Amino acid sequence: MIAAHDSLIVHMITRVLLPVIQLYGIYVLFFGQYGPGGGFVGGVIFGASLILTLLVFGARSNENYLAKRALRADGLGLIIYAGIGGLCMIFAGQFLNYSAVPLPGFDPPATRSLGILGTMIGVAVDIAVTSISIVDSLSFADEEGRLV
Amino acid sequence: MQIWGDLPLLILLLVTALGAVIVRDLIGAVLILGSYSFFLALCWAWMGSPDVAFTEAVVGSGMSTVLFLFALFQTVPQEDPSSHRDTPWFVALGLGVLGLLLLYGAIDLPRFGDIAAPANAYLSPTYIQQSLEQMNTPNIVTAILMDYRSLDTLIETAVVFTAGVACALLLRRHDS
Repeated sequence: MIAAHDSLIVHMITRVLLPVIQLYGIYVLFFGQYGPGGGFVGGVIFGASLILTLLVFGARSNENYLAKRALRADGLGLIIYAGIGGLCMIFAGQFLNYSAVPLPGFDPPATRSLGILGTMIGVAVDIAVTSISIVDSLSFADEEGRLV
Repeated sequence: MQIWGDLPLLILLLVTALGAVIVRDLIGAVLILGSYSFFLALCWAWMGSPDVAFTEAVVGSGMSTVLFLFALFQTVPQEDPSSHRDTPWFVALGLGVLGLLLLYGAIDLPRFGDIAAPANAYLSPTYIQQSLEQMNTPNIVTAILMDYRSLDTLIETAVVFTAGVACALLLRRHDS
């Protein structure tokens, strides 16, 4: 359990920075097909923003409900990734061969592009949840609720 | 001209790596290690691989520094005075000889950007020519990681998930 940071400056700067960091993480995730970035980096940036809420507002506050909720999503990213692979097998393709899924209005390159996007989202969810989960595992409190 | 860009970065890398080893204070060592990762990311970017540089900057100097600091705050580092012995001469000599051997072996490596090198000669031209028309993805690195080598990435994701579960099983001592 982590106690809240007691500096008002840190609180205000975090409130300003937090949406920017999360938006940048999502941007990196979705821009990964066109520039540097991708699921791994986007997931780490988003996870770092969740860790920042935990560190600044403390484990008992309401501002980090997203970080607490994320702890219950352990393994969701892996299910998304492997589920896309399994979907390809259901439509009689090889495992993770995205073009096997028949989507109306999508030619095989577009389907592959969509599959890449889906697996990147899976990787990002997995990385973000794992980073917040490791931080939660590493932090436990003494009687006064301080980080020891 | 390539060497004049490389040289300051490599010197900074050496200085920060040595600093992380020499510094007695563990928190200082962790922070110096973070700056080492940042200079390494600059090296990757200078060599033309922004994807690796991005990952190194975010994971190496961001996330791993935070996790190191968390681990340090949870433990009580103690210094053992009896462990401050001088390095035996044969260890120093052996490491020096090993370093020279590695440098000697590095002479045979293909030059940077050599198109006749085995890594560039076989599969890379196929990826470069076909990835855009096969999967509408201009970033070849993402196309390789997420489609051509997707099974590898799936297993890497499973490794990260396993690390998180192992940390939770070993360390979590409270109800969250």
